[in-house]
Amino acid sequence: MMRVKLSRFLLVGIIATLLSGSASAQVSFERQVKPVLESACLSCHGEKKPKGELQLHTHEGLLEGSEYGEVVVPGKPEDSTLYTTTILSPDADEVMPPKAPFLSKVQADVLKEWIAAGAKWPKGIVLKQVRRVEFIKDIKPLLEGFYEEDFDFKSSVVPFDLDKSALYQYASLPSDSPDTLPRPEKGGKLEEKELNLLRDWIIQGAVWPDGVELEVKEMPAAVVDGALPVAPKEVVDIRVKAVDRLIKQFEPMMKPYVDEIPGTGVKFEMIPIPSGDFVMGSPKTEKGHSSNEGPQHKVKIDPFWMAKTETTWNCYTLFMYQEEEKMVMKLRGYKPELNAVSDAVARPTTPYVEMSFGMGTDGFPAISMTQHAANTYCKWLTAVTGHYYRLPTEAEWEYACRAGSDTAYSFGADASVIDEYAWHDGNSNFKYHKVGTKKPNAWGLHDMHGNVSEWTADQYLADIYGTFKGIVSNPFQYGKDLYPRVARGGSWMDKPEKQRSAHRIASSSDWKFQDPQLPKSIWYHTDAQFLGFRVLRPLIIPSSEEMHKYWTTEGEPD
Amino acid sequence: MKKTKNAPRNNSPLDRRDFIKTGAAAAAVGSLAIERGAFAQSSETVKVALIGCGGRGSGAANQALSTNGDVKLVAMADAFKDRMDSSQKGLQRAHGLKVDVKDENKFIGFDAYKKAIELADMVILATPPGFRPVHFAEAIKQGKHVFMEKPVAVDGKGVRQVLAAAQEAKKKNLKVGVGLQRHHQLGYQEVIKRIQDGAIGDIVSARAYWNGGGVWVREREKFEKAAGRKLTEMEYQMRNWYYFVWLCGDHITEQHIHNLDVINWIKGGAPTSCQGLGGREVRRGIDHGEIYDHHAVEYKYDDGSYMFSQCRHIRGCWNSVSEHVQGTKGRGTVSGPHMLTDNEGETIWRFGGGGKNPYQQEHDDLFDAIRNNKPYNEAEYGAHSSLTSVMGRMATYSGRMITAEEALNSDENTMPEILGWEAAPPTLPDENGSYSIAIPGKTRFGVEKV
Repeated sequence: MMRVKLSRFLLVGIIATLLSGSASAQVSFERQVKPVLESACLSCHGEKKPKGELQLHTHEGLLEGSEYGEVVVPGKPEDSTLYTTTILSPDADEVMPPKAPFLSKVQADVLKEWIAAGAKWPKGIVLKQVRRVEFIKDIKPLLEGFYEEDFDFKSSVVPFDLDKSALYQYASLPSDSPDTLPRPEKGGKLEEKELNLLRDWIIQGAVWPDGVELEVKEMPAAVVDGALPVAPKEVVDIRVKAVDRLIKQFEPMMKPYVDEIPGTGVKFEMIPIPSGDFVMGSPKTEKGHSSNEGPQHKVKIDPFWMAKTETTWNCYTLFMYQEEEKMVMKLRGYKPELNAVSDAVARPTTPYVEMSFGMGTDGFPAISMTQHAANTYCKWLTAVTGHYYRLPTEAEWEYACRAGSDTAYSFGADASVIDEYAWHDGNSNFKYHKVGTKKPNAWGLHDMHGNVSEWTADQYLADIYGTFKGIVSNPFQYGKDLYPRVARGGSWMDKPEKQRSAHRIASSSDWKFQDPQLPKSIWYHTDAQFLGFRVLRPLIIPSSEEMHKYWTTEGEPD
Repeated sequence: MKKTKNAPRNNSPLDRRDFIKTGAAAAAVGSLAIERGAFAQSSETVKVALIGCGGRGSGAANQALSTNGDVKLVAMADAFKDRMDSSQKGLQRAHGLKVDVKDENKFIGFDAYKKAIELADMVILATPPGFRPVHFAEAIKQGKHVFMEKPVAVDGKGVRQVLAAAQEAKKKNLKVGVGLQRHHQLGYQEVIKRIQDGAIGDIVSARAYWNGGGVWVREREKFEKAAGRKLTEMEYQMRNWYYFVWLCGDHITEQHIHNLDVINWIKGGAPTSCQGLGGREVRRGIDHGEIYDHHAVEYKYDDGSYMFSQCRHIRGCWNSVSEHVQGTKGRGTVSGPHMLTDNEGETIWRFGGGGKNPYQQEHDDLFDAIRNNKPYNEAEYGAHSSLTSVMGRMATYSGRMITAEEALNSDENTMPEILGWEAAPPTLPDENGSYSIAIPGKTRFGVEKV
C-alpha cells in the first residue's frame, strides 16, 4: 500500500516541475531576486563593510554600483556585472560569489531576466542578509536520511516556490498524517530546525549542484546507540585469556552427543574434537601434492564438536521444505510455536530437478547445495536446536580429518587400504553411499575422505599458506568473492590422491553450469553432485556479529 | 488507502492495470507469409524477442545471447510486468548492451507476443506450455526462426497446430529448436548412437522416470497479500500455472516429457498406444490445482516393445530422473553415467565425460543453423514427444487404453475461448477453493470431467 502512496508523490512532483517551467517567464523580485541577493550576495555586499564598495541591500546601493562603476544596466543583462560575474567559470578570478557554492543556473537566470525586464526594485524594500543554505552541507545529508526509492526528490522541488515543491509540502504535513515525509520508520516528521533549512533552501533557489546525487546508505541491520567502539589491544588480549580459561574449564566436559531437530525425530551425532595444534598442508614429497598445499605451517585450533557424518538428506530435507518440517512435527504432536525463531530463516526454493539424482535419500548425504545454502542450513539448525552450528573453517576441517596423523591420509601414507575408509571412484560404482558405512578416523569421524566433498567456510586463496608467520591461531579467510570458496575431502568421483587430508578444492561457477534458469539459483549447484557438508559446533559461542559473518556468503546471487 | 482524484499509476508489482484487458481469441495458422531465407551473412545481427520472461525464458535468452556472433534482445513479452522487469534487469547484468529492449518494445498481456514477434528475427517461446501452439504458429506465420521450450503442446489440438506450423516452417526455411536439451548433450548423443548401432542388440523394453519431490507452488494467499487485493481466477491460475492442465499439461507432460522423449529418440518414433494408472495421494492442497501427483504408464511401440514410465511429485519416496533400455544383448543406462553393460552386468562402454552445457549447446546449434542456413527443425519430434506425454495423461485420467491416433485427433481443447484477466479459465474452484480432479473410469479424456 505504501508504494501506491509514494507514486502519488511522484505525480505531484512531476506536475510541479511542469508548472515551474511555464512560470519562469515573469520574474518576481520578492520571491526570486530578493532571496538570491540576501543569501548569496549580502554577506559581502551588505550594509556593513561592503567589499568593493558595493552595497546591494537597497535600491540606491545597487544603482550606485561598485568602485569600478555600475553593476546593473537595466534591460541589458550581458552588460551587467551583477549577472555576468555569476556565470563565469568557478576558477575565474572575477567569479561571484568568489567561493562555492556558486549560483545555480536557475538563480543566475533569475538575475538575468530581472535585469532584462528593467531591474525593477519595489519601493522601500531593504534587504537583510540571511544565512545561505548549502546543499552539500545542509540538505544532502538531510534528504539522504529519508530517501524514498519511488520518490524523485530532485524533480519534486521547484526553486523559489514552496507551494509547488511537493517534497516540502509532504514534509510540512502534521506528524500524524499518513503521507508525512519522512515516513515513521525513517524517523518521522522533521524537527522544526530541519524543516526551516529545507524551506530556506527552496526559497533561496534550491541549488542542487550538477552531478551531485543522493547517496543512499543501507540502514544497518541492527541500530545501536552509536557505533560500538573498536576494542583496544589490551581488551582483545584480556578476552583471549578469559576464553582460554573458559576452554580449559569446559573442554574436559565435552562429550559426544546426539542432537535432534526438535519435534521431528530426525537426529545427528556430534563428536568432540580436542583443542591442539597441527601441521597444516602437505610436503612436496607427498604423492599427489599440489603447490597450493604448501608451505606447511603450524596451526592452533580451539575445541569444537564435529558431526560424525556428512549432513544427510533426512536432516536437509526438513530445511529445504518448510511444510515438510511442519507436517512431520504436526504428526508427532509438536506445536509450531517451537519454531518461532527458526521461521525467520530463509529456506531454499523448490528445485525443478530431483536433487539426489536417484542416488538415494534415506541415510545418504545431501548434495549439490551452494555454500550459501549450507550456511543457511547451519543458521536454521542453530535456530531450531539452540546449539550454535556453522561450517568448519578449512583449518578446522583438515585438523579434524587428520585426527593427529601427519600422513597423506588419516589412516596412513599408503592408499592401498583406502577401500576400508573411503568411497572413491574405484569402489563407489558412480554414486554416493550411505554415510558412516566406512571405518572412521582416529577421532571417530566417518567419510572425511571420500563419499562427498564437504564445504568449508573459507574463501579459497591458493597462496595463503605462504603468508602465515609463526603459529596461526584459528585461521578463517572470510571472503567477499563468491568464487572460489573451499571444499575439502574427495568424493565418490575422485581418485585416491584427491582424497588426501591436505587436498584443497576451489569452487567454481561451473558448478552451476547446467542451471538453465536466469538468474541461476542461489541455493543449488546442480552440477556439483559430489558436494555436501558437515556441521561444526565450537565450544565458545561468539558474538552475534561473528555468527552472522560465519553464516553469510557474500556474492550470491552471482 | 485514501482515494485521490488523480488516480496514480499503481506501481504494485501485481498491478492489473498493466494488463491488456481485452480478450484475445486464439490465433489460427494463417496464410503463408513472404518466403524468408536464412541470413545472407553469418555476421549479421540476429534480433531476438523473448516471449515468456520467467526463470527458464530468461535463461534461454541468456543462452541465445551467449552464442557466437552478433545477437541482440530487442523485444520482450509477458503477461506480467514484474516478471518482465526482473528478467530484463538480470539479462542486462549478464549481457549489457546486447539487451536493447526499449520501453516501447516491452509488451504486456495475452496479446503481447504478436507485437514482440514482429520486431525479431528469432523468437524464444517460453510461456507456460498451453500457449505454445498459438505462439509458435504466429511466429512461423510471421516468418521467424524459433526456439521453443518443451512441451510444445498440452493437448491433441495443440499438437496438430504445432505439426501444421512445423510443415510451414520447413517450406519457409525457418529454423526451429525445441528445449529437449538432452538431444544436445554429448553423453546422450554418444550412448544413443551406440545403442542405435546395435551395441546391446534390439531394444525390447525401456524404463523412464521422473520421480522427485515436485516443483514450486505459488500460493494464492501470498500473492493476494502482496498485491493487497483479490486476484481474479485467471490471474491466479496464470501465476500458479503448473497446477492447471490447460497451462501445464500436468507434470507428466511438463517435466516427464524429457524422459519419454529420450526413449522415443532411441526407438526412432513415438508409441502407438498406452494405458496407465495415476492419482493424487499426497499433494492435495488448494494450491495444488487439478493435476495428479503420480502417473505410471505403459507405452507400446509399433514394433511390440514397451516403455514403462513413472513420474511422481511426492517427497520422501524413491527418487530417480533417468532412462534405461533393455536390449537383446545387454542393458543401457541412457542417462548419466551413460553406460552399456552386457546381460551379465559387465561394462561394455561408458561415457568418458566432456561436452558443453546442453542448454548452451542447443542454442549454439540453432544459431549455427540460422547463420549458415543448415536444415534444422526439431518441432516435429518435439510435437510427437509432447503427444506421447499427453496421451499418457489421457490414459491415467481416464483409465482407458489410448491410441496415439485418438489422442492426436481428439477434439479436446483445453484452451479457454476468451483470454483476459476477467475471463473464466476452463476449470474453476468450488466454494472451498478446491478444483475437480480427473477420476479414472469416469473421465473420458484429458481435462474433461464428469
